[in-house]
Amino acid sequence: MDNNMLVVRNIETYYGPIVAIRGVSLSVKKGSIVTVLGANGAGKTTVLKTISGAMSPQKGSVHFNDEEITSREPDKVARLGIGHVPEGREIFPFLTTEENLLMGAFTRRGSSIDTDLELIYSYFPQLSQNRKLAAGYLSGGQQQMLAIGRALMLSPTLMLLDEPSLGLSPKLVHEIAEIIRTINTEQEVTVLLVEQNAKMALELSDYGYIMENGRVVMEDTCDRLSNATDVQEFYLGMKDKGVRGQRRWKQRKTWR
Amino acid sequence: MDTVLQLLLKGISQGCVYGLIALGFVLIYKATEMINFAQGELMMIGALIAVTFTQYLQWNYFVAVVLTVLATGFIGLLLERSLLRRMIGEPPFAVLMVTIGLGFVLRAVAGMIWGHDPQELRTPYSDVVINMGDIVLGVSNLVVIGGTIALCIALFLFFRFTRIGIAMQASSQNQLAAFYVGIPVKRIVALTWALSAGIAAIAGILFAPLTAITPNIGFSGIKAFAAAIVGGFGSLPGAIIGGLSIGIIEQFMQYHFGKGLGDTSAYILLLLMLLIRPSGLIASMQKKKV
Repeated sequence: MDNNMLVVRNIETYYGPIVAIRGVSLSVKKGSIVTVLGANGAGKTTVLKTISGAMSPQKGSVHFNDEEITSREPDKVARLGIGHVPEGREIFPFLTTEENLLMGAFTRRGSSIDTDLELIYSYFPQLSQNRKLAAGYLSGGQQQMLAIGRALMLSPTLMLLDEPSLGLSPKLVHEIAEIIRTINTEQEVTVLLVEQNAKMALELSDYGYIMENGRVVMEDTCDRLSNATDVQEFYLGMKDKGVRGQRRWKQRKTWR
Repeated sequence: MDTVLQLLLKGISQGCVYGLIALGFVLIYKATEMINFAQGELMMIGALIAVTFTQYLQWNYFVAVVLTVLATGFIGLLLERSLLRRMIGEPPFAVLMVTIGLGFVLRAVAGMIWGHDPQELRTPYSDVVINMGDIVLGVSNLVVIGGTIALCIALFLFFRFTRIGIAMQASSQNQLAAFYVGIPVKRIVALTWALSAGIAAIAGILFAPLTAITPNIGFSGIKAFAAAIVGGFGSLPGAIIGGLSIGIIEQFMQYHFGKGLGDTSAYILLLLMLLIRPSGLIASMQKKKV
């Protein structure tokens, strides 16, 4: 409890009448990288949206640094130092790259902004070449970098990353993973990473949660998760064929 | 030739007023995806407040102008806070009806306060006329044009270089992302309403010396709406260009075919535009993401 930066307790969130998450609890230790894995529609994105205040949970609570932030307005949550990189990049398409990054520092004032801007450009040299270009013209990978850079400009202590590998080539996925590691070690930013790319996420993270149908069905350190048979079979695609070459459905025991 | 020039200048100055009201439409639409049909009424309120400050209270004209813009901006802010913020997330049709109703209410309230008799806004340049050869030109017309140009430059600088201006663009381009970077989007929206009410007040102040002011001058807001569509709803330069084209065409139609056709020409242009190029002169509408 002591060094838990983010604690989510038993939240339930609805899209109108539809349940998106039904009772999810998770905690993120300061300085760590924690991942949430799961298939489409498992409710991963909703968890992040609930944390950052874009959606309000019907039940449960969210605590950040021992302060309750449940249902707080998203811009106020951002001011606490929680940077959210939304799914599908969500940049400002008609603003230039540099304006996008400066908007990331909207909550800050002073000269440290310029230093951070140069730091971001050193992380992402491709952005530096396109400073004056409208961000909508950047390639998908560059837009993802811009979205991460923009969240970093907030100078966050916790970063919520929603599928940063979405739609990127394997090489870029690798690059993004390296960046996340750098952010975590050099900037001492705690990371909560939501991913479908289980291989990348498990290699990168310290601790992992697996979600299905709006619930956490499994949690463990990433080393142990990578070795769990179920995870190997369903998320890492390592199929262990049975005696007659069929999948062994009956061995599913941890599911639901 | 002289007639043409005369009509052209008059059309341009009239068009500037339409353009300024259209700017208000576009600003609010871009920020909130609402169409504020009370925009013309805000202009009327601005003009009447200016009349109050200059005629009834006998204040200095320039002081009155500044205070009018601030007061009308504040009214815009109040309307957003009290009425339209509650409408966020409601169906667009409901929002539309609210703003139309708001227009009626504003007109009635203005009638109660200022009466329905035509009023006049006296300005330091009211009776000054420039004779250039055969062309007679009221300075009031020139002030409209000059004022519009100045305002456009000011708005350009505001949106290009100030932190709040860029934040306004950011929240209109991607509201969720704006929230995530810590922009107080609700306050920005309120500010947009204040800004567009302030612009409406400027339009009212510029327009008032050219005409008699009654609570019904707000109806030119409908022509300005046509201007916004002709220009391509969602584009600020388009609003001004749309306003100018409607203002100019209106003058020529009126001169050649009489007042009836003059008044309808705005809508004829609107219909033609929708037939030929539905996205407007400057098409900047993005396909809406669902």
